[in-house]
Amino acid sequence: MSYAYYPGCSLKSSGKPYEASLFKVFEAVGLSLDEIADWNCCGATSYTSVDDMKAYALAARNLAIAERDGDGGVDLVAPCAACYLVLSKAQHYMKDNAAIGEGIAKGLGSVGLRYEGRVRVRHPLDVLINDVGVEKIAQAVKKPLGGLKVACYYGCQIVRPYSTFDDQHQPTSMERLLGAAGAEIVDWPLKTRCCGGSLIGTIQEAGLRLGYILLKEAKKRGADVLVTACPLCQFNLECFQDRMSKEFDDRVDINVAFFTQVLASALGASDKEVGFDRLLKWDPPKPVGAEGGSHARA
Amino acid sequence: MPAPESNGGPKVGVYVCHCGLNIAGKVDIDQTVEFAKTLPFVTVAREYKFMCSDPGQEMIQQDIRDGLINRVVVASCSPLMHEGTFRRATAGADLNPFYFQMASIREHVSWVTADGEAATEKSKALIAGAVRRVVFHAPLEKKRVPVNPDVLIVGAGIAGIHAALNIADAGKHVYLVERESTIGGHMAKFDKTFPTLDCAACILTPKMSQVRSHPNITMWTYSDVIGVEGFIGNFKARVRRRPRYVDEDLCVGCLECIEACVYKQAKVRDEWNEGLGKRKPIYIPFPQATPLVVVVDPEECIWFKTGKCKKPCVDACERKAMDFDQTEEIKEIEIGSIILATGFKTFDASRIAQYGYGKYPNVYTSLEVERLVNASGPTGGEVLLRDGTKPKSVAIVHCVGSRDEKTNKWCSKVCCMYSLKLAHLVKERTGAEIYNFYIDMRTPGKGYDEFYAKLLKEGVHFIRGRVAEINDWAIKPEEEGKLVIRAEDTLIGAVRRIPVDMVVLSVGMEPQSDAEEVRRLFNISCGGEGWFTERHPKLAPVSTFTDGVFLAGACQGPKDIPDSVAQAGAAAAEVLSLIDRGGVELEPNSAYIDEESCSGCRTCMALCPFSAISFVADKGVASVNEALCKGCGTCVAACPSAAAQQHLFTDEQVFAEIQGVLDYV
Repeated sequence: MSYAYYPGCSLKSSGKPYEASLFKVFEAVGLSLDEIADWNCCGATSYTSVDDMKAYALAARNLAIAERDGDGGVDLVAPCAACYLVLSKAQHYMKDNAAIGEGIAKGLGSVGLRYEGRVRVRHPLDVLINDVGVEKIAQAVKKPLGGLKVACYYGCQIVRPYSTFDDQHQPTSMERLLGAAGAEIVDWPLKTRCCGGSLIGTIQEAGLRLGYILLKEAKKRGADVLVTACPLCQFNLECFQDRMSKEFDDRVDINVAFFTQVLASALGASDKEVGFDRLLKWDPPKPVGAEGGSHARA
Repeated sequence: MPAPESNGGPKVGVYVCHCGLNIAGKVDIDQTVEFAKTLPFVTVAREYKFMCSDPGQEMIQQDIRDGLINRVVVASCSPLMHEGTFRRATAGADLNPFYFQMASIREHVSWVTADGEAATEKSKALIAGAVRRVVFHAPLEKKRVPVNPDVLIVGAGIAGIHAALNIADAGKHVYLVERESTIGGHMAKFDKTFPTLDCAACILTPKMSQVRSHPNITMWTYSDVIGVEGFIGNFKARVRRRPRYVDEDLCVGCLECIEACVYKQAKVRDEWNEGLGKRKPIYIPFPQATPLVVVVDPEECIWFKTGKCKKPCVDACERKAMDFDQTEEIKEIEIGSIILATGFKTFDASRIAQYGYGKYPNVYTSLEVERLVNASGPTGGEVLLRDGTKPKSVAIVHCVGSRDEKTNKWCSKVCCMYSLKLAHLVKERTGAEIYNFYIDMRTPGKGYDEFYAKLLKEGVHFIRGRVAEINDWAIKPEEEGKLVIRAEDTLIGAVRRIPVDMVVLSVGMEPQSDAEEVRRLFNISCGGEGWFTERHPKLAPVSTFTDGVFLAGACQGPKDIPDSVAQAGAAAAEVLSLIDRGGVELEPNSAYIDEESCSGCRTCMALCPFSAISFVADKGVASVNEALCKGCGTCVAACPSAAAQQHLFTDEQVFAEIQGVLDYV
């Protein structure tokens, strides 16, 4: 089975390992992703706060292309949390707000496009949990994670405001997938709290504090790895650990990866294929039972 | 269509009502009356300030007596409001009451039309239709059927019990059906009741035992109503009595069998204690269970599971009451009226994931805490956490599953008060600091706000704000090992974190999960949320749209004990009034089949929602049981050969009305 794929800019740049590992995960369970033609920036959250009509028209162009090139209803996979939210929002606004709907239709019309609302915007977590299922993932595991202690982090955008496939406050889909791959899930109630988002670039003290709170609590609860499904979250949480350590005079040191990297690795992909080498740091304990298992905890 | 010559040919009187300014403020009355005078067959047209008043009615009667008219049209409010009034007025002047027709120019016109001219035009059109229609009316007789004085009450919580005793004390026979193994309902689980803090058991159990011994009450516990047919005064019901594997007449509740059970330890989840305790496969829910007769749970009893057990329970019973061969029994009863008192269920707190119910052991629902504070509960009335220690700090979270766009929008009405009660009891038993998190305090009721004031003086903390989340994320040392409540305190305008040992989620009330099936079974209606719908929210609060079926207690909407009891009393009074009337008159709007035109296709039979149509095999035609027919007209509309017709809605009457309107427009 094949899904239409909207990468967004992050998965082609800072989030490259997310894309590489996502493809590996889909391949391992017999799914493929077809990148839609001539896609453009989703507008992210920044554009919507400047001019929402133009921002949603920009997002809607991608939906219109996916609909035009697909047959019938289209499932469009958007892995980046921001893209997923903006595309979903554009859908809702067009449907629920006649003025915005007409404005967007006019905009699309000017470039020879139209949109009828047949695209379903899907997050990879949604596809893996609901279309593939935990059982099939468990069967496909080749290198079990051997009790790797994982804290699953969703951030704010995947389940809010639209909780189409998981609980808004305490989602569990990532835990179920990685649990099926042999990870030990760390109970960590902060999984939908803000990572700092763009505050890291604007009001850095505030942004750093938000990220620090997350990492410190995950570490306190024994996590070896924090996994996420958002390129900005991954960036904020991984790249500013040194600065957090200085700011709060408290050593912050934890692996932060995309959930697909850890999952693809369990499904048999090599470290290079999933892009562990593209992370700033990747040194979790070796899986229990694997070769060189001396690193495993007693 | 030629006008009928019956009654000396039609002479129609038209009476236009001002209804104060309700109609006259919008509709030009004089113009309307002048118009009415021009309509065919109209011999009299008049107006009056209030047609429903005595002088208004006498005006109609005088015209009838004077021989001026033999058909009556009143243009006023709506049939629901005053059709009965004007039919009685018509009959009072010795004219058949069905020579009357109403034109609704208030609800359908003046109240809903902005423009006065348009309203006047619309009134004229409706009057023209009514005049044309009434010409084709024919005399009809209301049918009177007797009322069976026996009563079925479904649900034996406080509402069902109260209604049953009221009716039984009046000398009428009551069948009281309860699906649990004991009567008592939710109230039997409580320790104290608000705001008086009197002991729930002390006021409820005497009523339970009265029910048990009352000569006029047949009490069937562990039973469900599975079939209902018939109509007001003449219902038939089928009741399934599930086997409890103990002879109810022989068992005296000595409990020797429970002692003797091969399970020496109680291992089964005890539903009565909300899962906080254990019971054996053979058990009674609580010491004052009524009837005090044990129940065997076939899901857990080793005899039913494996077929291998020495059955020491059988040997232990001196009265030979154990009966492992008992099977379900179907009882068929005839009753004249029904009271539904099927109650409510509490909101499933695990639906709000961020409150951690089911995840953190010391997050409880209010119903669980009711059992903890109850002397006959799993801790003997002590408030203990799962590890057996006493909490030093307790948060009570209001509005869990109430006043919430994401779960239930309604206010459950009882939670503020029971939260105050639990705050008082938990403080009394533990000395803990208590924090109430509320959106608004809703304490209207006799002595209720005074109770709130009392709690404030007792030093219970009140924080105004809906709780955002509950988890074990400690930031400060004093939060380690505690449950942390995060909430916006809207009175000080800040987000607060309060660490506590125990959380009580004040869960709201919801319709029973099978409310929809029950609604269908008894052919009543319920709102979108599932509460049973009363006939009128103000003037018929315990009646339903199905005559003879009444409501009591929380199945109609969230209610506390005083409200449930008051409503049960009202339902009992309605039933007794119906019984004393001795008979009921049925609206003669039933359908009938013109046997000449009926092809016997039976289309109507499948469509009839009341199963009122049967097939007469020897004639090959359908036949309507007029007593069952509710006059919905479905068969009339569906009949391919127009053989199905309906009194008061014959084709010529309906077409005449339409023609009248169209001719004017």
